[in-house]
Amino acid sequence: MTPSQAHAVQPPMGMLAELTHRCPLQCPYCSNPVALERRRHELDTATWRRVFAEAAELGVLQVHLSGGEPALRPDLPELVAACVDAGLYSNLITAGVNIDRARLETLAEAGLDHVQLSFQGATPEVTDHVANMSGAHARKRAFAAEVTDVGLPLTLNAVIHRANLHQIDDFVDLAVELGARRLEIAHAQYYGWALVNRAALMPSREQVMAAVERVEAARERLQGRLVIDAVVPDYHARLPKPCMNGWGRQSLNVTPSGKVLPCHAAETIPHLTFWNVAEHALSDIWYDSPAFNAYRGTHWMPETCQDCERKEIDWGGCRCQALMLTGDAAQMDPVCEKSPYHDEVQTLAVRDASGTSEFTYRRFSRATEGA
Amino acid sequence: MTAIQESDIVRLPRGVRLREDKRRGGWVLLAPERVFQLDGIAQAVVGQVDGERSVGTIIDRLCETYQAPRERIAQDVTAMFAGLVEKRVLEVA
Repeated sequence: MTPSQAHAVQPPMGMLAELTHRCPLQCPYCSNPVALERRRHELDTATWRRVFAEAAELGVLQVHLSGGEPALRPDLPELVAACVDAGLYSNLITAGVNIDRARLETLAEAGLDHVQLSFQGATPEVTDHVANMSGAHARKRAFAAEVTDVGLPLTLNAVIHRANLHQIDDFVDLAVELGARRLEIAHAQYYGWALVNRAALMPSREQVMAAVERVEAARERLQGRLVIDAVVPDYHARLPKPCMNGWGRQSLNVTPSGKVLPCHAAETIPHLTFWNVAEHALSDIWYDSPAFNAYRGTHWMPETCQDCERKEIDWGGCRCQALMLTGDAAQMDPVCEKSPYHDEVQTLAVRDASGTSEFTYRRFSRATEGA
Repeated sequence: MTAIQESDIVRLPRGVRLREDKRRGGWVLLAPERVFQLDGIAQAVVGQVDGERSVGTIIDRLCETYQAPRERIAQDVTAMFAGLVEKRVLEVA
């Protein structure tokens, strides 16, 4: 890399640390890859500690401790403490079904900054069905109460799809009732397990528009009480999402075995090779690895994107989606109305919106075993 | 918009931290899954928040430092605090 290029690449702000792919839930839209990584390949405590220190040195400000279910790692309090030692803001992204009061207090004492708790539905029936875990909803409610009782700030995360899209108002009520400061209404994005289940998850355009209206109304009503962040579903859209705010631009993702990715779905692009923290310094991976430089900035973009006034707004959209829907990761995101594939995507969305309602639940199996 | 009174005491809620961003330069407010990069003025104002000083005291202190008309500073400070309260990264004690 020449010095001028090095200068152009900004350091990352956030890091998603996937501590494990193991999880007691089986959500059919899980963002983990279909080929889940096994426990025996997980990084040990000392390696994570080094990765956090390197991340802070590189410029990372916030670490999202995620999974799978991060609380399945017995060393979670030590990992939180390692974030604190490195000066990093630590965010625990959890399903909230396996952290008892004592453990939560240990995490808070270790210096945890924030908890993001997932709800698969706003009622026990929907949560337990989507997560494929009986009693999950009740456990989550109890956990939420303990989080606020301990004094930690709480965000509720709801992934939205056809089976729970009618519950937007209920999710908002739940967030207020449980004392959450923030609510994420995130429409399912179709990668990994969600791609497998796309026909069971895809809402119709009318349903999406109605949901967006509900979110807007709630935002207005609860201004100053509840922050609502929404991730819109993009198959029905005219413009692509600025995926990750640009490839290799603000954040990075470390998998349980230490592979470093520009986003959690990047492994679906088969010609890219991802460097591992076991073999490379995080800074070298960020600045010099071929995978991070492959779609960074605008140089790789097709002509239509190059000429587009939005090229540094949406950064060409999503590379994984381009590959999935057009067969070429360097194509413009086919959600964009300027894409020759745009109509195909819309047709596909309409077709899937009336598809099967049977889920293929996320789980480990011989057929899906990763490296 | 939330109205901020000069008698109000404001504080950063748990889960919100002000820190220097040595790598990029400047200061940031770290909040649940969000980062606010502060300009010099915002840093000076937020840096006065200690959970004990009233908004009026903060305005007085900034007047001493910046030698600007009090009215002008009061207007800027209360507007900034109101915006941060709305984003839930500042709270009235």
